[in-house]
Amino acid sequence: MDIGITGYGAYVPRFRIKVEEIAKVWHQDAATIKNGLKISEKAVPAADEDTITISVEAAKNALLMAGIAPQDIGALFIGSESHPYAVKPSGTVVTDALGIGPEVMVADFEFACKAGTAGIQCCLGLVKSGMIKYGMAIGADTAQGKPGDALEYSAAAGGAAFIIGPNPLAKIIDTYSYTTDTPDFWRREGQPYPLHGARFTGEPAYFRHIIEATKGLLKKTKMSAEDFDAVVFHMPNGKFPREAAKKLGFGEEKLAKSLIVETVGNTYSGSSLLGLSNVLDGAKPGEKILLTSFGSGAGSDSFALEVTARIKAAQGRAKTLKNYMDRKTYIDYGTYVKLRRKLRL
Amino acid sequence: MKRIAVVGFGQTKFGELWDKSLRDLAAEAGALAIKDSTLDAGRIEALYVGSMAPGRFAGQEHLAAMVADQLGLNPIPATRTEAACASGATAFREAVNAVASGKHDIVMALGAEKMTDLKIGEATIALMGAGDQEWEAGIGLTFPGLYALMARAHMAKYGTTSQQLSTVSVINHRHGAKNKKAQYPFEITLEQALKSPMVADPLRLLDCSPITDGAAAVIVASEEVAKKLNPAWVLSVQQASDTVALHDRASFTEILAAQVAAKKAYEEAGITAKNVDVAEVHDCFSINEILAVEALGFCPAGRGGKFVEAGSVAVGGEKPTNTTGGLKSIGHPVGATGIRQIGDIYLQLTGKSCNQVKGAKHGIALNVGGSGATANVTILGGNE
Amino acid sequence: MPHRSAVATEWRLKKGRYAMTGSECKACRELYFPARLLCRKCRNETIERGFSGNGKIVTYTTISSPPAGFEEYAPYGVALIKLDEGPIVAGQIVNEEEMGMGKRVAPVFRRLNQDGEAGVIHYGTKFEVV
Repeated sequence: MDIGITGYGAYVPRFRIKVEEIAKVWHQDAATIKNGLKISEKAVPAADEDTITISVEAAKNALLMAGIAPQDIGALFIGSESHPYAVKPSGTVVTDALGIGPEVMVADFEFACKAGTAGIQCCLGLVKSGMIKYGMAIGADTAQGKPGDALEYSAAAGGAAFIIGPNPLAKIIDTYSYTTDTPDFWRREGQPYPLHGARFTGEPAYFRHIIEATKGLLKKTKMSAEDFDAVVFHMPNGKFPREAAKKLGFGEEKLAKSLIVETVGNTYSGSSLLGLSNVLDGAKPGEKILLTSFGSGAGSDSFALEVTARIKAAQGRAKTLKNYMDRKTYIDYGTYVKLRRKLRL
Repeated sequence: MKRIAVVGFGQTKFGELWDKSLRDLAAEAGALAIKDSTLDAGRIEALYVGSMAPGRFAGQEHLAAMVADQLGLNPIPATRTEAACASGATAFREAVNAVASGKHDIVMALGAEKMTDLKIGEATIALMGAGDQEWEAGIGLTFPGLYALMARAHMAKYGTTSQQLSTVSVINHRHGAKNKKAQYPFEITLEQALKSPMVADPLRLLDCSPITDGAAAVIVASEEVAKKLNPAWVLSVQQASDTVALHDRASFTEILAAQVAAKKAYEEAGITAKNVDVAEVHDCFSINEILAVEALGFCPAGRGGKFVEAGSVAVGGEKPTNTTGGLKSIGHPVGATGIRQIGDIYLQLTGKSCNQVKGAKHGIALNVGGSGATANVTILGGNE
Repeated sequence: MPHRSAVATEWRLKKGRYAMTGSECKACRELYFPARLLCRKCRNETIERGFSGNGKIVTYTTISSPPAGFEEYAPYGVALIKLDEGPIVAGQIVNEEEMGMGKRVAPVFRRLNQDGEAGVIHYGTKFEVV
């Protein structure tokens, strides 16, 4: 029996800040930064938005698309590095808000930017084993960048929800994970901003894990880069996924649809999932998609997907990512700092 | 039926009174009312105290017993009444009913509130206790916000303007400038009002009554006692209720409870709006005076703005209203206001007001609770 | 909300806050949002009933002077919204610059406020002009 994605949904807040706005304050050259990161602006959450509210909106869209009853969801996992509480799950607010449960398995996940795909893997296992009929995995974040740090240009807010079950619109052919202990990016309990290893975040972290995971998946499934019509990588910026595609032999045209990072920024646990959402919105039956996420610390989850005929009926049922990307209001740095609570009141 | 009268009135200065506690304010007002009545304090048989939130504002519940204690009136029965900003008038209604029942001959009705110890954000929350806790306060509404919603609806339906709203405050301040007890005894200009900061669009700072400390008291007596004193006769006291939440009301451009109470009050008193010589209305926000003159039938529905703009509510106009300053200029210590309004009508009808309307025979007071969930209308008649 | 330590007060309102669950009269079928125990018209008991959250603005304001606990969100828009099913509810409008009489709104899930930095976060439904 085919198991895979039966519905998905996205959400991105409406505020945006341009690279120019941030660069102005820190006396940096916007053009250089935009060219280096391949990001021009990023999404900023409103004062009353957080990972939980973003998850609810994305999940609403996913349920609409899947056309299933909330009660049929047997598990819900939210992966994030900005859960509103250190102790008290985000997932329970979402289940209550959507009428899921109380007969439901819930836990919150953390694995930097790959917590959402980890949730997908768990849902896959629960569905395949027959323990649940449908599971929902959400990757959402309201990422924080230290003022003046390079990450301030990219750390953004957004999320996507994926429902895993039978009769999918995109079958999950297989999944493969590659995980090692690698301290490229971290945040200690109680600290407001993460720290990172600068250039160490590249080759030993992002590239090593994305490449090994993808290679592992290709070997396991006996597939090659040519078999895929589209590829999605985790997007800390617009540069890294382009390099990863090149190193793995995927033409840049296969990456194009997923590169939402340029105008949304890096939504951390939402990143690769929002990229996948955009690809699926325009996908045709029979197309194959490869997704490899990356989470600092570090690990990558790679998935091979095949779009089915069911995608046609699904497209257009819920709000698309493009709808949220087109809806924007620009803010200045002062408003940004106030909204992100970087001012210690 | 035997008649009932107000025979004495006293009030403290209203304002931000750092040196005065809640119990001191109540005691001062009560003592002044007793003195004004010329009765011996020992003859007071019962006490009703109107106060909206003495527990939230001052940590003091059980207020009526406390006031009786402070006035040296123990062991008379003492009860607190609460209907948000209409707490004062409801205390008055209980006092009148107590005398009407025949159980008592002389009863004091007192109102008091000590609001200024709290910071403004907390006072705003305490005041929202007068609204729907779960669905108005809970979603971030404030009282200025609730009345702003009504103001906008009135403006959209009837073309009421910001100028008309602010004219209410200008006229009330002109009246209040003559009142030594007022919190803000000075005039303001229309320009000042229209330039004041926005609180809840379209209501600006000078459209809003202040946070105030103060107390007021009246003595109510049966005909036998009153005819020997300086009475103003209670021609009617009527009270009506409506939904607490604004969103559950049948109309956002009228205070229906005020209309119901006013209709019953005019009937009971045997008069119509035409006979009213002087009025006290509940201008917690300027829009409410406009809604009040419509509810009391001083002008047709929707014409309240024009009525105010024409100066009809000023002393010298057709329907002198809030002649001593209203809530805007005198201040609004919530529980005290209803009593203070009735007291000011009493002064007008006994010729002792600081802004006297010559020959005033019939006076009406409208005290509103919350955004209109309680309305209390009292009509007093001068002593022939 | 003013009861900083009383977690149950807001928790009890979950169904209405999160999922716009209201009431319907068993006898006369009158609809209510927010929920109430008894029908206002015929005083009979009610049952639970969901609402879509879609509706239109019947009046609105922008609150510039917030109550304690809402400071970081001020100024914010508040409107009375006539839900498509009939009842009128008060709600914050997240894109307040778009507010206007008769404008259509859809529900969105947002934070209402929190019991201080260390306390429980309260979530609920606000509205977006569409």
